[in-house]
Amino acid sequence: MTGDRPISEDDLHAFLDGVLEESRRDAVRRYLDTHPEAQERFAAYREHGEALRNALAPVSDQPLPAELNLKALVERRRKTLAGRRQMAAAAAILCIGGLSGWMGREAVSPPARGIQALGREAVDNYVVYASDTRRPVELASDQRATLTRWVSDRLDTPVQPPDLEGAGYRFLGGRLVTTPNGPAALFIYEGAAAERLAVMMRPMEIEKNRSMSEQSYGALDGVTWSRDGLGFSVVAPRASTDLLPVAEDVRRQTPFS
Amino acid sequence: MTDMGQLIEPVIPGLRRYANALVRDPAEADDLVQDCLERAVTRWGQRRGDGDTRSWLYAILHNLAVNRWRSLRRRGVMAAIETVDPAFLSVAPAQEHGLARADVLRALDQLPDEYRAVILLVTVEGLSYAETARILGVPLGTVMSRLSRGRARLASAMAEDTPVRCHLRRIK
Repeated sequence: MTGDRPISEDDLHAFLDGVLEESRRDAVRRYLDTHPEAQERFAAYREHGEALRNALAPVSDQPLPAELNLKALVERRRKTLAGRRQMAAAAAILCIGGLSGWMGREAVSPPARGIQALGREAVDNYVVYASDTRRPVELASDQRATLTRWVSDRLDTPVQPPDLEGAGYRFLGGRLVTTPNGPAALFIYEGAAAERLAVMMRPMEIEKNRSMSEQSYGALDGVTWSRDGLGFSVVAPRASTDLLPVAEDVRRQTPFS
Repeated sequence: MTDMGQLIEPVIPGLRRYANALVRDPAEADDLVQDCLERAVTRWGQRRGDGDTRSWLYAILHNLAVNRWRSLRRRGVMAAIETVDPAFLSVAPAQEHGLARADVLRALDQLPDEYRAVILLVTVEGLSYAETARILGVPLGTVMSRLSRGRARLASAMAEDTPVRCHLRRIK
């Protein structure tokens, strides 16, 4: 029965990669014999694959440099942490420079203020801060109480980092960030494969109670809503997770007061 | 540590190869792998099942690389093939081979990141389609369509490259 299915492009790739099920292989061979275009195309693909493997083989054949020695790495990790923090501080200052330049552009026209704008602001802050591998947060998770007090004071409304452990996201920390609509709290989380997720909150002057809406910007997805005058936006790279359950999880933990 | 070492260490050469192919700068690539290993060590308890170690490591590396690209692109920094240490492009510097190898990597560089990642994971790293889907966090069907389009685009990039080389030879 399986042998009767028409040959698909997927079958041809699976055949090339040596993962096509046994029972289909003869059918694919027959297909290639009678379709010179496909045969030629896949012969070229095979050749390109080999060329790539050959071109990159020297990298994996090289002896590992000392910094990639796993045992030494475990030892060294503690010692280098302090030095890295300094470098990261310099990088953070550069980031702030870049962001204020971008903000200058907005200043010529009055900023959009609603939910849509909030989603956009969250994405911009994600790009600058959440993708920083060295120092994504100003106050780390061990200073949760200080962070909570700080951002609540500055936003003039009680906010706190939601607990997303249940959704598989560990709280990294957070910071106060700037938007065209004033300060916002940005909380950053990390999933099991180092993928970052950000939750941003800021007071809303308009659209104070809006249900969840999904947005996508480039490779990032967002879910944005507001409740009792506080706006929320959850942002993560596309398809790294289903964002709606995470957003629901955040909403269940509000209001904070 | 022994368990962890036994599971992680065999994967490191492959991680370096993937990182080099993605970022095309040996120092930057080793930085990424180092970051990846540090994370793996600190979050060892959080991975899902032993059989998954390899794809888990590739997933960490891939996510770190994506983060890095995003910040590099914003600063407008791009690694040109000319800046790549020739040692990374060929073993024996036989002229013809050297050229062919640089060509296929240059052609690969012209592809969007999503296509490059799938081609490298499947073709070079030998990961299954399902593992590749997990690493990239996309459905299996997306892996298949990216593989198909990626291979087609790589082929046309290679085809465009060839006449240029012949042309140059004729002038010489």
